[in-house]
Amino acid sequence: MALLEIKDLHARVANKDILRGIDITVNAGEVHAIMGPNGSGKTTLAQVLAGRPNYEVLSGTVRFEGKDLLAMKPEDRAREGIFMAFQYPVEIPGVGNAYFLKAAVNAVRKYRGQPELDAMEFLSLIEDKMKLLGLDESYMKRGLNEGFSGGEKKRNEIFQMAVLEPRLAVLDETDSGLDIDALRVVANGVNSMRSRDRGMLVITHYSRLLHYIVPDFVHVLAGGRIVKSGGKELAEELEKTGYAGLGLEEVTPAAAPAPVGH
Amino acid sequence: MAVTVSLTDPYLFAFDSFAKTANETEPGWLRKLRTTAIGNFEKSGFPTPKDEDWKHTNVAPIARTSFAFDPKAGAPRIPGDLVEAYTFGVLKCSQLVFVNGRFAPKLSYLRWLPEGVRVGSLHEILHFDPKALEHELGRVASTEKAAFAALNTAFLQDGAFVHVPRGRVVEEPIHLLYVSTSQEPAAVSYPRNLVLLDHEAQATLIESYVGLDKGPYFTNAVTELRVGPGAVLDHYKMQRESEAAMHFSNTALLQGRSSAVASTSFNLGGGTVRNDVRTLFQDEGGSLALNGLYLLHDAQHCDNHTFIDHAKPNCTSLELFKGILDAKSRGIFYGKILVRKDAQKTNARQTNKNLLLSNEAFADSTPGLEILADDVKCAHGSTVGQLDENAVFYLRSRGIDESSARTLLTYAFAGEIINQVKVASMRIKLDQLVLSRLPGSEAIRETL
Repeated sequence: MALLEIKDLHARVANKDILRGIDITVNAGEVHAIMGPNGSGKTTLAQVLAGRPNYEVLSGTVRFEGKDLLAMKPEDRAREGIFMAFQYPVEIPGVGNAYFLKAAVNAVRKYRGQPELDAMEFLSLIEDKMKLLGLDESYMKRGLNEGFSGGEKKRNEIFQMAVLEPRLAVLDETDSGLDIDALRVVANGVNSMRSRDRGMLVITHYSRLLHYIVPDFVHVLAGGRIVKSGGKELAEELEKTGYAGLGLEEVTPAAAPAPVGH
Repeated sequence: MAVTVSLTDPYLFAFDSFAKTANETEPGWLRKLRTTAIGNFEKSGFPTPKDEDWKHTNVAPIARTSFAFDPKAGAPRIPGDLVEAYTFGVLKCSQLVFVNGRFAPKLSYLRWLPEGVRVGSLHEILHFDPKALEHELGRVASTEKAAFAALNTAFLQDGAFVHVPRGRVVEEPIHLLYVSTSQEPAAVSYPRNLVLLDHEAQATLIESYVGLDKGPYFTNAVTELRVGPGAVLDHYKMQRESEAAMHFSNTALLQGRSSAVASTSFNLGGGTVRNDVRTLFQDEGGSLALNGLYLLHDAQHCDNHTFIDHAKPNCTSLELFKGILDAKSRGIFYGKILVRKDAQKTNARQTNKNLLLSNEAFADSTPGLEILADDVKCAHGSTVGQLDENAVFYLRSRGIDESSARTLLTYAFAGEIINQVKVASMRIKLDQLVLSRLPGSEAIRETL
């Protein structure tokens, strides 16, 4: 059974049709990159998978390990093993990083019928992963993403992913706003998570990230449809020719739907 | 002028008969203080909704009710374990308990205090050592155009007197616990606190106002805080009155040169609540952190008015008030910062944020700055809104259910104020109190 099976997915945001028939199948162990110009629907796809309210699915199906993903609440999707690394992680002052992450870990464990972790068990769980992402202890005491730089926020996303150990990770433009050093740290974190029972959807505008996280498959999204699929060489081709080489144009910002909430 | 004679009359008559009995024993300066105050009350009358400062708080129900007032009554006896619930667990502190406005020595205790520090019942000091108060009482809190401060001053009976002499540091907090019981007919009490910190003295003061049961009564409190040069005061006010009660308070603060004051109020109780805070920088270099949290449900009404007077240069005031309003509650913030002409290099920031948990809740936020100096750094702002849905979704996307996510975010909103409390056991208590008031708190308490 496929890990994730998206069939003929149509979705709209704010009365504008964005996804117009997406088909993607991700098997465990595979890393799929989804590339596309601005306004092509990349972020909408990620949000629909994570279950953000106000993203309206018009038709099509999404099965996650055979289950109807679209029928699940966002929290249940997370508990079933989907993790989305946000393009713009929110800052939540007053909720400590450590508190938040422990609550998340235990919510997931409870759902799976596993015993909840106490403070000591939780700390030993996160210790190595903090090192992997270069986060020091002061980080845990700070408010969730509070005052974090762009790079810190992205590192925090990948750190959360490493702790929550999802079956499917969806990385939404994780490379945006990262300098080359931060990109390496983040990519290293992601690569350490690659395994035969985990799938990944890596969404990016630029092929730069794919030098560090090398995908098994590349799909090009445009106008809400997958217009081309191939192996990692497709990313290299795009790097040379740009989206224009595929006859694709960037949707101008005016025509692109505003990302909800930003 | 809005003089509503018919409504002030009962108070004026009550004063006449009260003054007759009080005059026998009281020193002349106190009689004069009372007479001036009642005169000011007569002049101003009760405020009406036409007064800009009172447009959201209608005092007619108070003005129309003849609250019982017996100046001769002592503190009724109540079991100590009833009071226990309103203390702060293991906190080592000196504690003065007042029941229905009168000092209850059996429930009170003082811990070791540095030499020269006085902490005691105002009533006792007025009786045994009135000279200690002669030039202090009524110096900070004005009774002009302040009907409720005037009534408090006219009728004041008891309260706390705290004096920390030069250079003395009181390390443990001093807790003033005002407990009210419901009586038939409903009664009024006039708690009066006078806190004096001399040169470079330091103290932590907690005022608590609590209702032991659910009935109506009226608390009309005045607290005067005089913080001398270089002195440091941490001041907390915790209001947990009966939800059928009215709580009106005036807090007047006078800050000397380079003094540092942090004052935080928590309003969780009361039916109709009005808090006035007035502060004055009397000299240069003072700093003030003025914070407040009001957490309201049902039909609770809480009106906070603050006035910060930057009369002198080089002072800093940082003000943050936050409201969490559920059901049909009403939360009002009206803040004014006056930066006078000479007050160069003033740094003032005023913020009010309100979170509405229901469509029927009402928030009114009026921050205000009046700047007459030209070299200052001032800012103010206010928000009224709901929880950030992006934040709710973010938490849900990590496996936290929606109800817990909302509770957690509301709790975090309050946390910004609670976390400023330096007294750990008070902070823990506040955490519990605030959490227990939030819908769906059971689920997140487990994980805290």
